[in-house]
Amino acid sequence: MIAFMLAQTIAITGGTVYPVSGPKIEQATVVIRDGKIAAIGTNITIPADATRIDATGKWVTPGLIDGAGQMGLVEVGAVGATREGSQRADTIAASFNVAEGLNPASLVIPVTRIEGITTTLAAPTGHLVSGQAVLIDLDGATIEEMLAQSPVGLVATLSEGAKDEAGGSRASVAERLRAVFRDALEYERRKGDFTRAQIQPLSASAADLEALLPMLHGRLPLITIANRRSDIETALRLAREFKVRLVLAGAQEAWQVAPAIASAGVPVLVQPLDNIPSYDGLGVRYENAALLARAGVKVVLLETDTHNSRNLRQQAGNAVSYGLPWDQALRAVTLSPAEAFGVADRYGSLEVGKVANVVVWSGDPFEFSTGVEHVFIRGRAIPLRSRQTELMERYRTLPPTY
Amino acid sequence: MRLAWILFLPLSLACASASGHSASQAPAPAAKPESTSVTRSQYPSTYRRHPNRPVVIRNATIMTATGQEIPNGSILLRDGRIVAVGASVEVPADAVIVDGTGKYVTPGVIDTHSHLGVYAAPGTDAESDGNEATNPVTAEVWAEHSFWPQDPQIPLAIAGGVTTIQALPGSANLIGGRSAILKLVPARTVQEMKFPGARYGLKMACGENPKRVYRSRGPSTRMGNMAGYRAAFIQAENYRQRWDKWNANHQGDPPQRDLRLESLAEVLRGNIYVQNHCYRADEMAQMLDLAREFGFQIRSFHHAVEAYKIADLLAQAGTAASIWADWWGFKEEAMDGIHENAALVQAAGGRPVIHSDDPGGTQRLNQEAAKAMYYGQRSGIPITRDQALRWFTANAAWVLGIDSLVGTLEPGKMADVVLWSADPFSVYAKALQVYNDGWLVFDRQDPAHRPRTDFELGQVPVPGVDR
Repeated sequence: MIAFMLAQTIAITGGTVYPVSGPKIEQATVVIRDGKIAAIGTNITIPADATRIDATGKWVTPGLIDGAGQMGLVEVGAVGATREGSQRADTIAASFNVAEGLNPASLVIPVTRIEGITTTLAAPTGHLVSGQAVLIDLDGATIEEMLAQSPVGLVATLSEGAKDEAGGSRASVAERLRAVFRDALEYERRKGDFTRAQIQPLSASAADLEALLPMLHGRLPLITIANRRSDIETALRLAREFKVRLVLAGAQEAWQVAPAIASAGVPVLVQPLDNIPSYDGLGVRYENAALLARAGVKVVLLETDTHNSRNLRQQAGNAVSYGLPWDQALRAVTLSPAEAFGVADRYGSLEVGKVANVVVWSGDPFEFSTGVEHVFIRGRAIPLRSRQTELMERYRTLPPTY
Repeated sequence: MRLAWILFLPLSLACASASGHSASQAPAPAAKPESTSVTRSQYPSTYRRHPNRPVVIRNATIMTATGQEIPNGSILLRDGRIVAVGASVEVPADAVIVDGTGKYVTPGVIDTHSHLGVYAAPGTDAESDGNEATNPVTAEVWAEHSFWPQDPQIPLAIAGGVTTIQALPGSANLIGGRSAILKLVPARTVQEMKFPGARYGLKMACGENPKRVYRSRGPSTRMGNMAGYRAAFIQAENYRQRWDKWNANHQGDPPQRDLRLESLAEVLRGNIYVQNHCYRADEMAQMLDLAREFGFQIRSFHHAVEAYKIADLLAQAGTAASIWADWWGFKEEAMDGIHENAALVQAAGGRPVIHSDDPGGTQRLNQEAAKAMYYGQRSGIPITRDQALRWFTANAAWVLGIDSLVGTLEPGKMADVVLWSADPFSVYAKALQVYNDGWLVFDRQDPAHRPRTDFELGQVPVPGVDR
């Protein structure tokens, strides 16, 4: 077992492999070496030193990526002492990067990864601009080891939740963001004047204005939470005005403006099982993901409940139930999030050279009857244990032995 | 909960934060009241069965929740009753024939823990009617008096196959008030939805929520919670004695009526079932002691995230466990949730129920039960499909005391029936048709049978059947 755990070379043989970047391959082999995918296909010479995993009759996919949540940033939802995802003070918290709030020892991580989720977003919350989200692999002893990419985007809110921090109207939310974006560009042009205090007061701190610049220069996406159709249109308008790379999140009424989103080339992050109407999204519906995809929008599927990020499988299955083709649903939890977060050169598909985040399933990953057989993160075989499996073993026979 | 990028379940959640299956030919009211504190009629049900032609669903897989799964089976519904189930059934001349080829039929879904109508969408303060958080003991409030029949979440639940719910007060209070057992049918008034003859439930809550809500005035601890329940039931015992004495001979003036104590006295008389929000194993064991002290039964614990730790005690007490498949971690007392909770409760001889406490989750209790079943099976706990089906049908009916009327597909029972597009334990299955008391209240293929609430009128574009 120890030898197995330390093996640097692994060959997963005989499974039906879904590379996502191309069509499925029956009875294929995936070779993992030094944390990367070294080979994939049907005529692969298996290295002599490889540990073989027989996946005959199994399905092999990239590890699933949940493009939402606060993995590593929250341990117990209601316990403030265990939450790290929100910076209290600033309405514009652009410089707040969550990375150093991450807890690699979080018990939520093993619970999640043994269900085939290998990578998640860790996103800041609250305010108009919440801060910088990072992408993490669900393995690693240190923050550095976990980080897949930091940052992957700035998070902003145009939903009704933001109104209180911007004067109480949607109109003032948009104006406030415009003012801050203009000030960031002004700050960049006149840093010297700013330092010498020879400039009108700007609408955010220097650190926050500075942190907006990569986004305003198109190097980092603005992940914007907007649900109402008009808010989505406002996000598109702001993105046009400032030439921002926009990613929409939530997007409950996005299906009503799908062609506009498609022609703007904006990816959309949606939670499929979302249909309870509120004044922020009276048009919310299960078919949102399918309708967007049909219009040519790049769709990323989410499970927004951090503790049940593992239910991303169920979300994807329901997206299929409500019209999204199965292949597109798999892409929407693998390669599409990798693309939306700018890491598709390393993540999201089974291709030679990519990070070896690989899952072996007993069947269709979206079906409840399917179990996870093997999980590899960066080529490491993950023990299929968590605090929950230990609780189950302890109490499966009563009374328990402590 | 709205789509929350903030990704822990917020505390505003109503509650999470805040086997008998014999056929009966002539169902009788579930509750036969003993003497009570009041004899006048109280807010009666005006539910009436909707007249319909007979329906025969043919050539489907019929999952009866009585141990049978009949391939290529048929079921006849007539006059609001299930008339026959089997390989073939009589087809009345005026019957509507439904081709069930490749499809599945189950009993209507029953949710023992719903806040539909009391925490209605669109979720503003104006619709927040589930917690009378003004006193730790509010046994005097009745969920039906908060219930809004135009809640747009109701048709969504119907589209998920739900035919009966228990609408409960929230969990802010030690004793939150009476629940309402409702047929999930389109209606103008809650009275038209009240399940005829069903007993009330009494919502009680353990643990973090009451002690958080009343931190400044008490109770502020778990021991304070216990003292609060006991003080209330001591008063109720006294109240019951005074009324029982007066009821015996009607001598002199009747005792003063007290709505709060009336509900509790009905619990002591066995006429109202206790429905107890309680997460932790040790706390559930305390509540079983409390029930023994005052001589009542706790019908079901709700949420019961740690039920598996005391599955033997629950089986001995005859108390069901209404649980989620996998919610956990949103607060300290929910940290020990495991996927095998329902399976382990079942294996110990207990009565698991999969409940929702959530307007989204109630739309897919079949999926939640599927998760709980398959995780149990993969962990080597031998759960049958029929047992897992009972988790959201027959066992739930028992929790509400209406198991002689609904919860299984047996001749004589109410025709609460769901036709599924595929195996209901598949993620790809959807309810195609939902019959409530024989009335086709939902048909995915027929716009004439897709109820919409008043709230939804006027929206352009119309979201569609998935909403």
